[in-house]
Amino acid sequence: MSGNSEPRKYKNPVLNWIEFRLPIISYFEKEYGDYPMPKNCNYFWSFGALATITLVTMIVSGIFLAMNYTPHTEMAFDSVERIMRDVNYGWLLRYIHSNGAAFFFIIVYIHIVRGMYYGSYKYPRELNWILGVFIYLLMMATSFLGYTLPWGQMSYWGATVITNLFSAIPFIGEGLKTWLLGDYTVGNATLNRFFALHYVLPFVIFGVVGLHVAAVHVHGSNNPAGIDIRSKNDTVNFFPYMLIKDTIAVCVFGVLISAVIFFGPNLMAEVDNYIPADPLVTPAHIVPNWYLAPFYAILRAVPDKLGGVALMFGAIAILFVLPWLDTSKVRSCNFRPMYKWFMMLFFVNFFVLGYVGMLPAEGLYLLIARVGLVYYFGFFLIITPFVGWIEKPKTLPASISDVYLGGGKESPLPASQNEIH
Amino acid sequence: MAENSNNKRRDFLQLSTVTIGAVGTAAFIWPFLKSMNPAEDTIALGTTEVDVSQIEEGQSITVKWRGKPVFIRKRTKDEIDEAKTVNMSDLKDPEEDVDRVKKDEWLVLVGVCTHLGCVPLGQKLTDSKGEYNGWYCPCHGSHYDTSGRIRKGPAPENLAVPPYSFLNDTIIKIG
Repeated sequence: MSGNSEPRKYKNPVLNWIEFRLPIISYFEKEYGDYPMPKNCNYFWSFGALATITLVTMIVSGIFLAMNYTPHTEMAFDSVERIMRDVNYGWLLRYIHSNGAAFFFIIVYIHIVRGMYYGSYKYPRELNWILGVFIYLLMMATSFLGYTLPWGQMSYWGATVITNLFSAIPFIGEGLKTWLLGDYTVGNATLNRFFALHYVLPFVIFGVVGLHVAAVHVHGSNNPAGIDIRSKNDTVNFFPYMLIKDTIAVCVFGVLISAVIFFGPNLMAEVDNYIPADPLVTPAHIVPNWYLAPFYAILRAVPDKLGGVALMFGAIAILFVLPWLDTSKVRSCNFRPMYKWFMMLFFVNFFVLGYVGMLPAEGLYLLIARVGLVYYFGFFLIITPFVGWIEKPKTLPASISDVYLGGGKESPLPASQNEIH
Repeated sequence: MAENSNNKRRDFLQLSTVTIGAVGTAAFIWPFLKSMNPAEDTIALGTTEVDVSQIEEGQSITVKWRGKPVFIRKRTKDEIDEAKTVNMSDLKDPEEDVDRVKKDEWLVLVGVCTHLGCVPLGQKLTDSKGEYNGWYCPCHGSHYDTSGRIRKGPAPENLAVPPYSFLNDTIIKIG
């Protein structure tokens, strides 16, 4: 046996054999076993795990749907109906996938709200935030591509409107659009490539999620107090404490999504998408999926084609530089008496933008969209830097353990939890 | 001296290798990008012939050309007058009506809104024709006049006029 010279870290010889050749066992032990989590983390910190599980569910249900789907303009709509009626449990696969997409966005929005409110994007986690915005962008692209596949009226016209956004770019726009479509209009070439890209992008997302998790594990997770970990006393191990906590979150989430899948599977769907695509008739109202509606509202709020497109993409791009727009050193909004309310208003504003984005762009709705647009950009470009300069933050607790001793208001756990250590 | 020339030689080799490598990579990527442009058979589906003898004055038909709707409208006297008397300074994309038609009564347009590609309403008698009596795009509210010119709303340009010709008095060839 050559094993004599090999270190014996684990009782199990197979694990030792693997570990010596590829230290993957100790990697998982470090990252998912002993990984220290701040002990004051509340349930907002479960949404990263929820998002990962949803991503895997989407990939798995998508692969099985693809086994029965035909990406051809003549057959796509019928193949989806066949999945719904004839394929064993096809209806379940499709409803898991379509509602899973909506819930994926709900989870990721809550995850982003968590990151913004508790300042998780600040030093030293800026790159982590950037990777997260990348994931969000990839998700939007993937969901748009996927929405085209059933080849209903909303699929067709949604694809037409979104690809036409590129024609707003001066000089190269028209050529770029034709190149993206592979035809002069949305056609079979378009459907084929959208299917190919919709299949591959989730794996790209999976890769970026890997980087996103690896990056957060370098400096450790943020927490509701937004202060650094000072000692072992401030943390609990991921296993078993956080794993159990995340499992409870997954159970609650499972109940909620099941309720929708089984009792209201079309709650978040557009009726018009059950009409086969017709290139000669535009539906009276083209509505995007609700999770993209805030950006659609921004697009329509501007009475100029290029301007609308530029601001819509700008609204996403501005997220990348948030860590450098925020001039405050204090992470958590719990200790930022002014910014906290601007932040809350930003969330409400985003929701309102989404609401008017689903309604016709006229009259009062258009006015609301314009006000919302101004606040959206004003929040990032004016409020965030200036409040950071003029605001006097509350006194931060000396350590995470002090949050419990001093009875900090933001503590989600009763003080008795402290006795664990 | 010998060392110096050796360094120059290395620099040259390094630079030329990297350059050739970059050019080679770009040349390799090109066919992949080019494959996404419309295929030959897609380009070939270029022309459509339409018999317009059945269209009465004030009526429109929609035909398909390159997958897009094309509007063919036999305009009334009033519509022609309306289109001809517009002040050029009122137009967002100024263009004389005579430059947009081959025969005054026949208006041929690509029925795709120049904003984001929806099909404007106005073809059916019951449709809303917008504030300028031409077409109205319900998606984002663009109004077109009786020459298909943009008058109000977010669209930047007039409805496009496709290349077409009259084969005889009643047959139009589009494309």
